[in-house]
Amino acid sequence: MNASASLLSRLNTTVRDIPRSGIRDFFDIVSTMKDVISLGIGEPDFDTPWHVRESTVFALERGATHYTSNFGYLDLRRALARYVRNVFGAEYNPENEILITVGVSEALDLALRALLNPGDEVLYHEPCYVSYRATILFAAGVPVAVETKPNNGFRLTRAMLEAKVTPRTKVLMLNFPNNPTGAIMSGADLADIAAFACERDLIVITDEIYGELTYDAPHTSIVSLPGLRDRTVFLHGFSKAWAMTGFRLGYACGPAELIEAMMKIHQYTMLCASSLSQKAALEALARPEIDIAEMVNEYRRRRNYVAGAFSDLGLDCHRPLGAFYAFPSVRRFGLSSRDFALRLLHEERVAVVPGTAFGPCGEGFVRCAYATSLENIKEAVKRIQRFISKPLTS
Amino acid sequence: MDELLKLLQTNALESPENLARMLGVTAADVSARIVDYEKKGVIRGYQAILNEDQLGLDKVTAVIEVKVTPQREGGFDTIAQRISRFPEVSSAYLMSGTYDLLLFVEGRTLREVASFVSERLSPLEGVLSTSTHFMLKTYKRFGVLMQRESSDERLSVSP
Repeated sequence: MNASASLLSRLNTTVRDIPRSGIRDFFDIVSTMKDVISLGIGEPDFDTPWHVRESTVFALERGATHYTSNFGYLDLRRALARYVRNVFGAEYNPENEILITVGVSEALDLALRALLNPGDEVLYHEPCYVSYRATILFAAGVPVAVETKPNNGFRLTRAMLEAKVTPRTKVLMLNFPNNPTGAIMSGADLADIAAFACERDLIVITDEIYGELTYDAPHTSIVSLPGLRDRTVFLHGFSKAWAMTGFRLGYACGPAELIEAMMKIHQYTMLCASSLSQKAALEALARPEIDIAEMVNEYRRRRNYVAGAFSDLGLDCHRPLGAFYAFPSVRRFGLSSRDFALRLLHEERVAVVPGTAFGPCGEGFVRCAYATSLENIKEAVKRIQRFISKPLTS
Repeated sequence: MDELLKLLQTNALESPENLARMLGVTAADVSARIVDYEKKGVIRGYQAILNEDQLGLDKVTAVIEVKVTPQREGGFDTIAQRISRFPEVSSAYLMSGTYDLLLFVEGRTLREVASFVSERLSPLEGVLSTSTHFMLKTYKRFGVLMQRESSDERLSVSP
């Protein structure tokens, strides 16, 4: 046995058997190419608001360079308690019901690890963010995907959940507005899901990282519905609404017992989120409505543009209502999502992400992020038009 | 403010078709609204925003604080409008504070601006005093940074 094979055999089998994210693969290909217009970027193209950056520099000068409380700075948790109450409609005690984390990714990992015993089942909807399935598996849970479809705008329904729930189901994971579909849920949809969660006594983990980014109707959080606060972990962060992805700052809100359990893992593995990022977040919360409003307007204009242009091209695409993604079907071109994306990349230098990166049911779709300038979007649309107007099947 | 106006302030060259698509209205509607704004004088004109330092023009710009006596009929408007008509004055504002009018005056040379101040502006009836500051470098105009921000540092594909 050679050395690398022997090392492989000694890896944790769960880790060994989970493939790398399909996005990573695609990035490796795109990054070798020049003059690519990327609709593949899952982060805002806006700069972090200047007052946030400027105050981060000030915090560094003032020496905010030490460990913070494991929960995070208390003044930040207090500001978050106000923000979550005002925007999402749920009350949390900043002393023991809010935990500052390294992005929503860590918060999700903590929540799952705090809740799951080996074999516990987690219901989550696909297509979904690339990490969900892996994070559940790392936490020794059993991922149970519920497929959402374009015919009802990729919304999740109670019937879909009923078909997959078992006595071993412990957690229901939600992500609306959704990456990669741009779907949102109405209040009535959520009421059904909430009733289901209560009847089945499930814990809900809701990732609302795109909560501020809706374009036609305001976002409703499931945590604001009666009976849900005490069975829900609400996850949010600063990456999308404030264009702060590199700061890696998220937070979890939930009942004290759950937050305490999550804090224990965080305490022993992460200690605390970056002190500077926490200072930046505190500044970001100083005037959220101003920072966010203009970005939302700009995303809405681009969404309108993309939706109109795709419809002119005859691309079959449900209207995205939130986040900054369109998720058109490319099935009629007779190529797999991956082949479509690869050929579009090589022949027209436009990067989109194959839908399969977001789960097997993403086959037949590609994700197009409109978090890029209108100039880029216009040029990308032109190139896609050229690409699909020639015969594609090889 | 009408969102159409905001978009035009960012890029007045955008076609009515594209503006319409972004706003979710028809191109005919956009065109009609633009004509209407132009007729009403809400839209006063369209300009390119230049990085003049980069052009290396022989040109100086002065910011001039002017104290004036408001007139019995017309208050500050009469004198302000009289001053604004000089082609050398590119902008003029009535201000609160220690002076009354703020002027942006352009000329080819320092001497040219100085002679405008001493020969045209100061002798005007109603002008009490002036204080002239010459601009050295432009960092931002009309909301646009003159130094281009570094290119997109984001990864080309991300989750």
